[in-house]
Amino acid sequence: MRSITLRNWQNHAATAMMLLGTVAVLVPLALVFFHILRMGFSSLSLDFFTNIPKPTGESGGGMANGLLGSAIMITLSACIGLPIGILGAVYLTEFGGGKLANTIRFSADVLAGVPSIITGMVAYTLLVVPMKGFSALAGAVALALIMIPIVLRTTEEQLKMVPGTLREASLALGVPLWRTSLQVMLKTATKGIVTGVLLAIARIAGETAPLLFTALGNQFWSRKLTEPMAALPLQIFSFAIAPYEDWHKLAWAGALVLVVVMFTLNIGARLMGRSARQS
Amino acid sequence: MNAKVTLEKMSVHFGANHAVKGVDLDFAANSVTAIIGPSGCGKSTLLRAINRMHDLVPSARVSGRIMLDSHDIYERSIDPVAIRRKIGMVFQKPNPFPAMSIYDNVIAGYKLNNGVQRSVADEIVESCLKRVALWDEVKDRLKTSAMDLSGGQQQRLCIARTIAVQPEVILMDEPCSALDPIATLKIEELIDELKERYTIIIVTHNMQQAARVSDATAFMYLGELVESGATRKIFTTPEKRQTEDYITGRFG
Ligand SMILES: Nc1ncnc2c1ncn2[C@@H]1O[C@H](COP(=O)(O)OP(=O)(O)OP(=O)(O)O)[C@@H](O)[C@H]1O
Ligand SMILES: [Mg+2]
Repeated sequence: MRSITLRNWQNHAATAMMLLGTVAVLVPLALVFFHILRMGFSSLSLDFFTNIPKPTGESGGGMANGLLGSAIMITLSACIGLPIGILGAVYLTEFGGGKLANTIRFSADVLAGVPSIITGMVAYTLLVVPMKGFSALAGAVALALIMIPIVLRTTEEQLKMVPGTLREASLALGVPLWRTSLQVMLKTATKGIVTGVLLAIARIAGETAPLLFTALGNQFWSRKLTEPMAALPLQIFSFAIAPYEDWHKLAWAGALVLVVVMFTLNIGARLMGRSARQS
Repeated sequence: MNAKVTLEKMSVHFGANHAVKGVDLDFAANSVTAIIGPSGCGKSTLLRAINRMHDLVPSARVSGRIMLDSHDIYERSIDPVAIRRKIGMVFQKPNPFPAMSIYDNVIAGYKLNNGVQRSVADEIVESCLKRVALWDEVKDRLKTSAMDLSGGQQQRLCIARTIAVQPEVILMDEPCSALDPIATLKIEELIDELKERYTIIIVTHNMQQAARVSDATAFMYLGELVESGATRKIFTTPEKRQTEDYITGRFG
């Protein structure tokens, strides 16, 4: 009898601890979210999405150039990072079993762990210095370097989950191995891979450090890839540390937009992941 | 009887494991040959050697010769992809492509290669589904996922997919082991029809099935071919003691 009461008590205690843990995770998240919502919402206006920053002293203005710049650089880095990451993963799962594959895997893991500011410095040395100037291209490369290992490893995980019997079925129909890898294995894993890609994009959308010495930022519209380009996180950073009340407000609005974008991408990734597991 | 596929001193090694040991065996054209034997005796390994599936396994080594119409399919100049187009395979577990519709599964052999005209594809899909007796069951939902079909329907779909590319030989590795008796019967009837056009080699654990569907039977034990011949003879008057014991269930 006593042991049952003891066990009940232990059960309650364990449940309470887990509840406490959940609260400890959720409370800071909610605090951050509501604070950004409160501060950002009041400064958010149509101007924010359509105007570029006003010169110091004038009020108003927006971060339209940063939004566009972020969109351009994220797209460009996806164009660089996705093919490399995804095809690399196909190579690892379908063709690579040897030393080279293990080296690639290890390098990807190391690259994923490198602080993003160092990735920015690498892009600076490789592109900004030889090209004699900050550029959107260098920014996109820095973001791609962050994206590649994430995409590579998540795609590899997803490909591993595709049953090998599908590969055999395709080969037995007289389909070459490379077509089988791309059109059967990769295609079957599409939903899971999209999930990973969305998460990778969410990750680079908020990166600031690697853009500091690559894209640099820009107060004006900039459409040339070889010139400095504005980016949302960069603008938030520089506006938040500026000594003007107006700029602080814009920074909060920018933070709100960024958080909403990340939130949407994460939810999208979750929905995708769920439907991938169902099918 | 002329042989469509001939094995000459055919061995398969996985590293140091000698899984199939010097098998000599003929498979007659337009007939069904059953391969029987206890689990692990090398039936699947032998079957998969015939369409070069072991090419994917780095540790696997096939030696001796496998002839298709008296051409060695392991000759250096021969493309395994071309061989697999002539020698199709149906697997133990139904494995339709999950990302494709029923229609696309049937036409997969073309779609995954160079594609095919729409009108031709329609014809192929209809005729192949009719031949596996699946057409009436699925004709109104050809564009739905193949995963919504029952196991037996999925296996018939896989057979339709295999015959759609018009192979000459069809390998079947326990094609009914995941199916109920009714679905099994349907597949067996289908095999009987298919042999008019194809050479069929089927691995099975089911003695009644081997007796029902096959013209010839080969019994394997521990990687070796113990005995082969006309099914009626193997099942009534086997020459080897081991064969008799296995068939009558007095084995081991
Ligand atoms: N890919 C592989 N790598 C290493 N060894 C293998 C591989 N496939 C089969 N073998 C070995 O080859 C031998 C024969 O296996 P095989 O699958 O051909 O048996 P089987 O007769 O088909 O058995 P079952 O009736 O259970 O399907 C076994 O010893 C097995 O361990
Ligand atoms: Mg087997």
